Parts: sequence; C-alpha cells; structure tokens
Amino acid sequence: MATARVSGVSVTAERAEVGVFATEYRLTGLNMLIAFVALAIGGLFGVMQALQYNGIDLYKPISPILRGGYYQGLALHGVLNVLVFTTFFIIGWLTFVTSRSLGIPLASRALGWTTFGVMTGGLLIAALPLLLNNATVLFTFYPPLKADPLFYIGLTLVVVGTWLLLINQVMMLRQWRAANPAARIPLPAFMAIVTMTMWVICTFGVATEMIFLLIPWSLGLVQGTDPVLARTLFWFTGHPIVYFWLLPAYISWYNFVPQQAGGRLFSDPMARVSFILFLILSTPIGMHHQYTDPGISEIWKLIHAIFTFGVFFPSLLTFFNVVASLENGGRARGGKGWLVWVFNLPWRDPSFTTQTLAMILFAFGGAGGLINASYNINLVVHNTSWISGHFHLTVGTAVTLSFMGITYWLVPHLTGRKLWSPTMALVQAWTWFVGMGIFSHWMHMLGLLSMPRRTAIGAMRELHPEWEPLLPVIAVGAIIMFISAILYYLNMVLTITAGKKDTVPMVPFARAVSGPEDGPRVLDNFKPWLAIAFTLIVINYTPTLIRLVSEIQFIPGIRSW
Amino acid sequence: MNRKYLGYLFEVAWILPSVAVPIAFLVAIVITAFAVGIAVPGDAGRVDPKALSTTAPFDKPGLRELAPGRYEAVVIAQLFNFSPGEIEIPAGSKVTFIVTSRDVIHGYKIEKSPINMMVIPGQISRMTTTFDTPGEYYIYCHEYCGAGHHLMVGKLIVKPAQTASTNR
Repeated sequence: MATARVSGVSVTAERAEVGVFATEYRLTGLNMLIAFVALAIGGLFGVMQALQYNGIDLYKPISPILRGGYYQGLALHGVLNVLVFTTFFIIGWLTFVTSRSLGIPLASRALGWTTFGVMTGGLLIAALPLLLNNATVLFTFYPPLKADPLFYIGLTLVVVGTWLLLINQVMMLRQWRAANPAARIPLPAFMAIVTMTMWVICTFGVATEMIFLLIPWSLGLVQGTDPVLARTLFWFTGHPIVYFWLLPAYISWYNFVPQQAGGRLFSDPMARVSFILFLILSTPIGMHHQYTDPGISEIWKLIHAIFTFGVFFPSLLTFFNVVASLENGGRARGGKGWLVWVFNLPWRDPSFTTQTLAMILFAFGGAGGLINASYNINLVVHNTSWISGHFHLTVGTAVTLSFMGITYWLVPHLTGRKLWSPTMALVQAWTWFVGMGIFSHWMHMLGLLSMPRRTAIGAMRELHPEWEPLLPVIAVGAIIMFISAILYYLNMVLTITAGKKDTVPMVPFARAVSGPEDGPRVLDNFKPWLAIAFTLIVINYTPTLIRLVSEIQFIPGIRSW
Repeated sequence: MNRKYLGYLFEVAWILPSVAVPIAFLVAIVITAFAVGIAVPGDAGRVDPKALSTTAPFDKPGLRELAPGRYEAVVIAQLFNFSPGEIEIPAGSKVTFIVTSRDVIHGYKIEKSPINMMVIPGQISRMTTTFDTPGEYYIYCHEYCGAGHHLMVGKLIVKPAQTASTNR
C-alpha cells in the first residue's frame, strides 16, 4: 500500500524520482488544471439546463455576458466538458503514465511543451467565438450551421496538438526497447501508446472535415458544404473518441485500482488483447451514430452495427478482468464467499471508492450503449434525452468520476501536499453516484417518452403532460451533482493551496496474477494489429465516402441562432 | 487444480457467453429489420434545397391518399416549423413520410411510433409505418437547429377509423 512505503529511505528515493520527472509532472499538472477549470465552467451550465427544464431561467441574469441564452450555454457545456476537459486531462495523464511506466522522461521535452502550447493556443482561439455567441453550433458543429472560422481553426489546433504526444511516445518506446531488448512493454505504457495510436488514426476523420470542408467554407473560400459528408467524417472520429475518453480510465482501472484494492491485476494478456481489439474495432463502426440519416445505405449501417457489437467484446473482457482483480484484492484483505468479499474492499480510500462507483454506473451505461447500437431499436431512442442520459453515465461518470478519483492520489503526488479531506472526497464520490443515478435514470425515461435532447424544454409552447412530473427529478439529480462538484473543487483548491506538505508516493503499478509472459509476444508488436485496423477502416468506409464525395452538394451556411 | 488453469477456465466461462449473447442480439435485430420490416431510413436520393418549390414532390407538401388506407406525407422542415405542421389520418393507415430540409439539419420524430429520422438539407428522408391507435401525437424536431429549435413541434392526429374524413 502507498502509505506503507513512506519510510525514510523510500521518501528520499521518491523525491529523487520526482526530480527526474519534473518537466513531465509540470506538464501533467498544467494539462489537468486546464481540464478541471473547463469542467467547472461547463458543469455550471449543466445545472442551469436542468433548472431551465423546470422554468427557472438563469440565462437572463447573465445575458449581458453571454447573449446566446440556453443554446450558447449548451454549446459551452458540450465543448468544455467532452472536448476540452477530456482531451487536456488525457494528454496530461498519458504523459504521466508513459514516462513513469517506461521509467524515462519524455524523449523531447521541447515537443512536450509544443504539444501543450498548440493545444492551449487552439483552446483560446476557439473560446473567443464561443464566448461571443459566434459558435453556438454545439460540440457536434453539424453544418450547414455556420460558426466563426476561429472556432473550427482553434478546435483543429487542439486535435493536431494531441498528435504530437504520440510522436514523443514512439521515440520513448524506441529508447526503452534499445535499453530493454528482451523485456515485454510494461502494460501501462503499452495501453497509453495504444490509446494514442487509436486516437491519431480516428482523428483523420474530423481533421479532414475541418481542413477540407469547414475551414475553407467558414472563411468564404467555397460557397457551401456537404452536410452528410461532413457528418460521416465527424462520426468517423465521433465514435472512437468515446474510447479515447474511456481507455485512459481503463488504464487506471487495470493498473492502479487493483493495487489500491490490495490485490493484483487478474490477467495481463487479457488486458493487452482487449486494448488491441479496441485499436482494431473502435473506428470502423462510426456509422452507428447515423442509423437515422438519409443518404447512407441500410447495408452499410447494418455492417457498422455488426462491428459495433464486436467492440462490445473487449468491453466485456475489461469488465471481467477488472472485477476479477477487485475480487483478488477483496480476498487478499480477508474477504470470503461469492460476494461478501466486496465488503472487504478499501471503501475508505477515496480514490478507490470514486473509481469503483464510476465502474458500477458504467455497467448500466454499457448496457444502454448496446441498445443504442442495436440498429432499429435505436429508432426508439435516437436523439432523445435517453442519449444524454446514456453518455452522462459513460463520459459523465465512468470517465469524469474516474478522472476525479485519479486526482485524489495524483494531485497530492504531483504537488507534494496531502489531500485536504479524504472524508469530503468520499462524500463527493457518493453524492456524484447518487445524483447521476437519479439524473441519468430519469433522462433515459424521458427519452422513452420522446423528449428531444439538446432542447430548451422550459421554453416550449406546449409541455408534454407525460414529461411534467419527471422534470423536477432531473433538477434534483443535477443539484446533487452540483453539490458534489463544489465538494470536489473545494477539496482540490484546499489541497493545492493549504494541504499539509509531505512527500506523497505514487500508487505503484499493479502486478498481475497472470503476467505478460503468459501471453504471446506478438501482442507487443503493433504492426499486424495496425494493418488489420487500417484494412477494416478501408472496407467499412471507402464505398460510402467515395459515393458521398462523387455526389457532393454545396449547401450554403446559415447562422440560425 | 492448478490455480493458473482454474483462471483460464474462468476466462473461457466468461468469453463464450460474451460472444454468444451479442450474436443472439444481432440475429434478433436482422430478423426484425428485414423480415418483420422495422427498417431504418436508407439512401432515398438527393434534392436541391434551393429549388424545393419547383421539385416534385416537395413543390406540394402535404398528405396524399395513394390508395384506400395508404398515404404519402410530404413534409418540409424549416426554421422553425414543419410544413405541413399538422397531419390527420384515419386509424389503420399506412403512411410513408417523405421529408427534406430547406435550410439546416432538423429531426423528425413522431412519439410512440418508429418514425425517427434526421432531416438533412440536400437529402430525402423516407420511412413508412402504420398507425393503429387513435390519438394526437407530437412530432418533434430532435436536432438542434437554432435559437427557436424548441418551438419546432408538429402534430399527427389519428382519427378513429369510421369517422375520419380524409377530404381536406
């Protein structure tokens, strides 16, 4: 356990280690700082939306600052939470994981700072039109809604900036392999590199959309753009992006949570296989977001549905492996029986509890995701508040709550200050769990009653009588989460500014019951898996993309907000 | 038994249903989609959104009776309404909705029915279903389309079969 290692000798060693990684730690900390500032602002709009549903309009009082009302707030909520918060946190987290797992600093620290600079610059450029109500196009920015060019240019820079981390990782892997020719790649670094590789491949979709369609069009260089082609390119990135959010949480669930639970990872080879399957299957399935789109044939939609069910398989492997690891920990702590071991888990450890609660809600998110992926069953729920309910369980809890859980040990480790209040952190975890459970469940139910997503429900001319009794429950869930967020930020600010100065060691990477030696070496060789990934993308996307490009239609842009 | 082999046994016991259950779901989906006919929209062709007033069928939006109990509803979605906004049919009618957009992306969802389509300028969205239960059903634009998105609501009225008049 982490605390057991704080003896005189290991503290000195730990300080020396931290010194070696000073730049990496600074980059990780800065990225996470931007991430959580974005989440704070974005989250504030979340609770305002839930209140607006109930006729409490907080947009009027802030209208001198934000003129766009509900929909500008919604644009900020989406962009800041699912694009800015996730991306910045993940780049910081993977920088940390890769360098600590390989035991070497970034291959090029200049490149590390460039990554940070390009991303931050892009964020500032995109923030300007967002705040001026010139980019109220939500985080999906579907044309022909036409935003200020700075919005598209800024977001493109954020994405391109992230690519630079992969270059650094590949150089680090080369250095590490030269020094350790016979060894297997450590699991955390392996996973971090697979995540970034998958991300770089899939972001070719949105980068193409931005560079060839949206940026020239918003600058007035072309007269229109093709909305279906743009959507198809968007969702080429838009589904794998959810794995870009999830896999960094999985990295924590696989490599840190088993250790925090007092046990070992169940199976290293199974973990590697699941990440390779995510690399292969995340991208050639994006059209399952377009089941109800015109202009795309039913056959390709069905093929993407089949592959989407395929990517459910590595998710199930992860579920098994992580739960088996928790069981290993529970039994190591004296747990017995089929399920009683659950009570032997370290529920007083805020980082453990936060992430384990995130996993529990994620099980429901995963089941709901299977429904969304189910081709014609999706007709019942597509674009209803069911979908918002769904992704608040996945990105809003599995990812966000896990990232919060990571910061409960990582921020003390990075800053050398003890967590201000573990009790407050535990209350935060449980209130998020309860608040999100309420919010998300009733958003799903309202979706089944056809309540549309991304809609200012409180301003509708006629409110559906079946929705009315459920809307206050949404606000209750949102307010509980808001309280949870206040507890989180209070705890973090107090930790950073007034936490007791101490050397807080890093949570050690978990060892495995079944280690990498039990799996074939080919798992560490990226080439065959990349070849399969590219082949599937070409097969699943080329026919549709060629047809859409050959039929291209230039639809003029509109600013309708 | 050796602990390692016990571990493998558990893995296999999990993996087999992890493959079998999704395959069973997929079979159910394919049967309902292609044998029962709960189909998703496909590629129904393109149209020039600037020339809707001169392009059939969008030059005459509205409900048309093709045969007894068989209708075609041609709808234009635009900022921030549907044209026509209200559609009235007798119960038991089979209706094909043919929808396009004049401006930005909209949605077309009829509550308590499988009709759920994205409506994209330049594209024709097409879906067919039968309405058996009399009542009034809201039609929602379910994609953000601008400042008045929440005002974009239509209505489908399904009249009891005997009293319905289709002569409007």
